[in-house]
Amino acid sequence: MEKDVIISLKNITVSFNGNTVLKNFNLNIKNGHFVTLLGSSGCGKTTILRIIGGFVQPDSGKVFFAGKNVTKLPAHKRTVNTIFQNYALFPHLNVYENIAFGMRLQKRPESQIRAEVAKMLKMVSLNGFESRNIANLSGGQQQRVAIARALVNNPKVLLLDEPLGALDLKLRKDMQTELKKIQQKMGITFVFVTHDQEEALSMSDTVVVMDSGQIQQIGSPQDIYNEPKNAFVADFIGESNIIDGIMHEDYVVEFAGRKFDCLDAGFLKKENVDVVIRPEDIEVTSPEDGHISGTVTSVTFIGVHYEIIVDIDGFKWMIQSTDSQNPGDVIGLLLQPDDIHIMKKSEHSGEYGDYSAFSDEMYEVYEENLPDASIKVGDKNES
Amino acid sequence: MRALRLVIKMKVKSLSLPYIVWMAIFTLVPMLLVLVFAFTDKSWNFTFENIINVGYYSNIFLRSIWLGAISTAICLLLGYPLAYIIVKIPAKKQGIIVMLIMLPMWMNFLLRTYAWMTILENNGLLNKALSFLGVSHPVFFINTSGAVVLGMVYNFLPYMILPIYSAVSKIDKKIIEAAQDLGAGRSKVFFKVLLPLSLPGVISGVTMVFVPAVSTFIISKMLGGGAHILIGDLIEMQFLGSTYNPHLGSAISFVLMILIFISIGIMNQFDDSDELSLPAAYR
Repeated sequence: MEKDVIISLKNITVSFNGNTVLKNFNLNIKNGHFVTLLGSSGCGKTTILRIIGGFVQPDSGKVFFAGKNVTKLPAHKRTVNTIFQNYALFPHLNVYENIAFGMRLQKRPESQIRAEVAKMLKMVSLNGFESRNIANLSGGQQQRVAIARALVNNPKVLLLDEPLGALDLKLRKDMQTELKKIQQKMGITFVFVTHDQEEALSMSDTVVVMDSGQIQQIGSPQDIYNEPKNAFVADFIGESNIIDGIMHEDYVVEFAGRKFDCLDAGFLKKENVDVVIRPEDIEVTSPEDGHISGTVTSVTFIGVHYEIIVDIDGFKWMIQSTDSQNPGDVIGLLLQPDDIHIMKKSEHSGEYGDYSAFSDEMYEVYEENLPDASIKVGDKNES
Repeated sequence: MRALRLVIKMKVKSLSLPYIVWMAIFTLVPMLLVLVFAFTDKSWNFTFENIINVGYYSNIFLRSIWLGAISTAICLLLGYPLAYIIVKIPAKKQGIIVMLIMLPMWMNFLLRTYAWMTILENNGLLNKALSFLGVSHPVFFINTSGAVVLGMVYNFLPYMILPIYSAVSKIDKKIIEAAQDLGAGRSKVFFKVLLPLSLPGVISGVTMVFVPAVSTFIISKMLGGGAHILIGDLIEMQFLGSTYNPHLGSAISFVLMILIFISIGIMNQFDDSDELSLPAAYR
């Protein structure tokens, strides 16, 4: 086993009421890393966290902590601490006693407890909150108390179960930065569970993308975003156009009716592949100048940019652009070799990456609401 | 006794008008009557004599409180683990168990106590079973303090279980996991988290068992054989018995009421919430 691996899950299988949540699951977590388990609800990410915390016993498989088998060790004897989804603060204790809870169990002297609690409250910017009642704290403040309560015990690993889910957007962004800062300052391992891909990308050293109890991809946020391994990851992380393609030879791929240069190699000759093109990488130009062209079917303004759906030979592409287009117009698309990412075909191929559902729904909704056929579908900005 | 429970409820917020009217007619007025009777003699002159005379029965008071306290303690020792176990079982089955606990309450109080008489009598079911097993002389179960305590525990146990069950079932499982996460083993989880968080339920339960247990008269009469009379019996005797003296009976009731209020007051010192101890469901 690698020396810097702090948590290692080996062949973990768990089922609840006959439903297999995890099957032969393996994961190594490196010491000092900020690791995020990312997936939609029911993918098994929280179960992994609970196995590490000692709240769920795997049916089979082993859990190693710094090389030691802790599979049978109960939760209260493990040197990990958890921040629970809804904080799970003790409602009958005030802020001070909540944070002191772990140290009191260790029978630390009161003077030490007082100093540690004060230090922690300072770190989470809650100075002077010692005697506050938990019920009188805002969500963000409760969150901070939960962080302090866990970190005061100097855990080697901190487990975070969607801790920011209950906070509003602005506060969530602040807490993300704060958590990352705390993690870097303390230098301990964070295992963070979330379904929010943006959160995962912005905070983590390593992202573990999961689906139905299986790891789809492990890598740095950049790897996950730029080099998705399969259609699921490409679709789950950000927006993606996923098109069927054929790899003719190294660095040459065919899709949308023509050949493109690309940066990928190592595929079989004439291998069928999934081609991922991020909506923000596509450059819009005139139909004559573009590599491919299509008809704009809908335009939606979402703040930072416009989301433009383009019909290219029946396949709906999404383009993100700061310039608006008119629905019904024919536009050209320019694709550079580094915009094109090639993935091997997987079980997820064909499930994602086509925006036709997106635009059709919009179309129907608009058609129902707009009896005047002359108004262009989806064009919110000009109508 | 029933009036007293209504008084307890009176403090509960959000009263509706019909209830207030009901309370006024059937609770406040009788209470005032008790007060008037307690402080007057037969010719309606003001006097403290009745209250002073209550002192002669201090041994009965002590016995009542003692037996009530024992019954309450037994109910708590039986009721808490049971309530805790019910919370642990799957939600679907919980309803059935709770219904089973309430089932005896659907039967008349007198009938239930009569049933215990037939079990505990010298030639009752229990002694018959014992003689079948070779015990030659009947064992005296009935007409003992033990039988009275048994009757109290049997009749009032649901009042202990239900509020505790209600309180324990409201505790978020994540909070218990948080305690484990911070290093608390089973006993620490219980004493540092579960017990403090279920304390309101415990206090409700204790109040709801102790108050009727102290003032019961049927149980002691039927299972205690009248040899060890309790306050309830004493009061009953003043109104319905040969020693007819409603003034003394009112005085005893008044003193009992004060004692119970004091004990509820003491109990509530252990509870942070400012609401009076009633099961959470009644709030």
